Amino acid sequence: MATLSPPVEAPVAVRRGVWGWITTTDHKKIGILYGSSAIVFFVVGGIEALLIRVQLAAPNGEFLSADAYNQMFTMHATTMVFLVVMPAAAAFTNYMLPLLIGARDVAFPRLNAFSYWVFLSGGLFLTVSFFLGGAPDGGWFGYAPLSTQVTEVVRMDYWALGLIIVGTASLLASVNFITTVFTMRAPGMTLMRMPVFAWMSLVVNFLLLFSLPIITVGLIQVFLDRNLGTLFFDAASGGDPILWQHMFWLFGHPEVYVLILPAMGIVSEVLPTFARKPLFGRSFVIFSGIAIGFMGFGVWAHHMFTSGLGPVAEAAFALTTMFIAVPTGVKIFNWMGTIWGGSLRLNSSMLFSLGFIAMFVIGGLSGVTHAVAPADWQQHDTYYVVAHFHYVLVGGAIFGLISGLYYWWPKITGKLLDERLGKWHFWLMMIGFNLTFAPMHILGLNGMPRRTYRYPEGLGFEFWNAMATIGSFLIGVAMLVLFWNLYRTWRRGEIAGPDPWDGRTLEWTISSPPPEHNFDQIPVVEREDDFWHRKYRTAEDGTAIAIEPAPDMSFEREDNIHLPSPSFYPTLAAAGLFVVVMGLVYVPWGLVAVGVGAVLTLWGLFGWSMEPLTREEH
Amino acid sequence: MSTDTLVQDHGGTHDVSHLRKVAMWVFLGSEVLLFGSLITTFLLYRTRIGDGPGAEEIFDIPFTSVSSFILLMSSLTMVMAHHSASRKDWRQMRVWLLATGMLGMVFLSGQVFEFTEFVEEGLTVTTSPFGSSFFVLTGFHGAHVAVGVLMLLATAFMSFTGRLRDGEGMNVEIVGLYWHFVDIVWIVIFTVVYLMQV
Repeated sequence: MATLSPPVEAPVAVRRGVWGWITTTDHKKIGILYGSSAIVFFVVGGIEALLIRVQLAAPNGEFLSADAYNQMFTMHATTMVFLVVMPAAAAFTNYMLPLLIGARDVAFPRLNAFSYWVFLSGGLFLTVSFFLGGAPDGGWFGYAPLSTQVTEVVRMDYWALGLIIVGTASLLASVNFITTVFTMRAPGMTLMRMPVFAWMSLVVNFLLLFSLPIITVGLIQVFLDRNLGTLFFDAASGGDPILWQHMFWLFGHPEVYVLILPAMGIVSEVLPTFARKPLFGRSFVIFSGIAIGFMGFGVWAHHMFTSGLGPVAEAAFALTTMFIAVPTGVKIFNWMGTIWGGSLRLNSSMLFSLGFIAMFVIGGLSGVTHAVAPADWQQHDTYYVVAHFHYVLVGGAIFGLISGLYYWWPKITGKLLDERLGKWHFWLMMIGFNLTFAPMHILGLNGMPRRTYRYPEGLGFEFWNAMATIGSFLIGVAMLVLFWNLYRTWRRGEIAGPDPWDGRTLEWTISSPPPEHNFDQIPVVEREDDFWHRKYRTAEDGTAIAIEPAPDMSFEREDNIHLPSPSFYPTLAAAGLFVVVMGLVYVPWGLVAVGVGAVLTLWGLFGWSMEPLTREEH
Repeated sequence: MSTDTLVQDHGGTHDVSHLRKVAMWVFLGSEVLLFGSLITTFLLYRTRIGDGPGAEEIFDIPFTSVSSFILLMSSLTMVMAHHSASRKDWRQMRVWLLATGMLGMVFLSGQVFEFTEFVEEGLTVTTSPFGSSFFVLTGFHGAHVAVGVLMLLATAFMSFTGRLRDGEGMNVEIVGLYWHFVDIVWIVIFTVVYLMQV
């Protein structure tokens, strides 16, 4: 195989230091940047969650004030959705998508860098609000008038502008990734031969492409209502707060699939690898992903059953919501078909994928109960809903992403994660997660409302709340185990080699970590799971027989490889945007900062458009 | 798109202007939803005029028809620019690009004039939901036209330096896609916001 002795020393990229990272246009380094930022924001969002749980551990909690509590639940949700799960998925998409489809980079490497730095600006902008007079406190959904009232002068301005910025980053990234998939696939890599993770990324980016402009318009209207005196959501003057709810959820429900589909893609890569079987009903998995994408735009009003839509609309949205469970159920059965009869290797990555399936089924089933409108009236705004979406977003999305971390970490760093620690991590997480969120079903059905900072004694809420708090700290311990594992492995982990899992897809044909140009020669793909079929042929009884000798995946490096040149301009333009939004919060005197930031951004964009695209490698 | 349409030369490097064209189409797909949301907001609020003037009182259809016609004509000059570029007649292409930009600026001046008229007649963004949604929708469109004018001028400027021929900078076809899209949006806005409200 190509590189029998993978590099032990730090790769070239690291040695170039901080400036190398700031100016990088390499999709792999940008992926690592996204991933590291997601981990940092995960710690921030996790601390917010623990503060909430400490407050609710016992009746009449004194730990947080009502005001602080409002900031915590708003920022916990905003952080976890926009600054953790989305960038973590973007990290895998950035790093893996070009490798999976056999490309040397994404279509627009500098735009890719710009997306990352804009995202980081937005994340820092949202987080820094804690130190500048208080964080957003109107809920991550920002219902008017909570978002439009101007009593707390700047808090929800941070929220509206921050989400616009983060959304812009995702929108640009989605244009980039969609173009990449449509134009940069290796010869023979037809759309239907693409790995399922690449497919799910494609669907996610279409969802972002079509849903982000809607929320952007809504957020701009909120911002103008707050700062210019427009009347979009001012009920007293004829504006309609329900319009905001429609716009938010018309974005917000596709967003749910933006969060879960990357995890589904990862699981669809992990299960076949560790079951040593092809994905069962592969095209069904792909098409149900596409179906989820389409139907995701037709179910939004099930978030609004209590806002008085009338029986016809409620019945319609109840039905579409039940229907969208069908393609999701198809996937569950395909995954079970994949592991059925496979020779399973129960390592950490596989455990998290299996955990994903189990937890996601629970979350999915409680989701279907929300589709029943009369039942939803009862459950609305209770902890039952909190339990539901944590089962799909933590038990689903986060479990899937962690599975991907264990799966691809050896490719990214060249080192294997410690399996013993990995299993500790999994079981602590599994127990902690269920201890935290399963009781919330009971609390919710017993009537405990969401988003209230304390509850009185004697309502029967004490025991399960105490359990949930214990569980949340178990999750915290589990995450510490993961971080220790990452750190230890990064220092002195077992060398992985190019193909530690006996993988099926193109990324395992190259060294770990991959060279800067990814492929010495652009691969030519002949079928699905191309790499697997180069290694194994199928015997008559269906078992895989290794082909001797093992395929030689080492190639002469092509001459004339063009790699994108590093560039400072995308970073400069993104920094300018940060200054612009900072200024917009403090209008009118902040307009000076708006001007300065605009000049920086234009300077960045101008320099960007004027510099040459590529450099010859070495 | 199948593999045989892949534009690929040596070393896995792709034809940049082809990539940009695909990206522009993708981006315009997103823009449809942006204007869709703004137009929806307007349609919801078109009769919510509070104490302020309504559509029938302030719209000057003949005036807006003329400026709409000017914007439509700019699509024609844009097509001419693209045509000249495909014949590699760079001098003529610059002329048509600048003409398109000029027509765009005339349209923008018309919009500025119209806005000042409306404000004098008592309709501002704070008068009523109708005013808010009207100004924000047409303002967004105006901003798109302004960006388009900048792109046209930049393209014309870059063709002087010869960069356009090397496939760098904005390709005329891509600017054209954007410009025609902004025009089409205006046709919708003119129909739905102006003609159907009076």
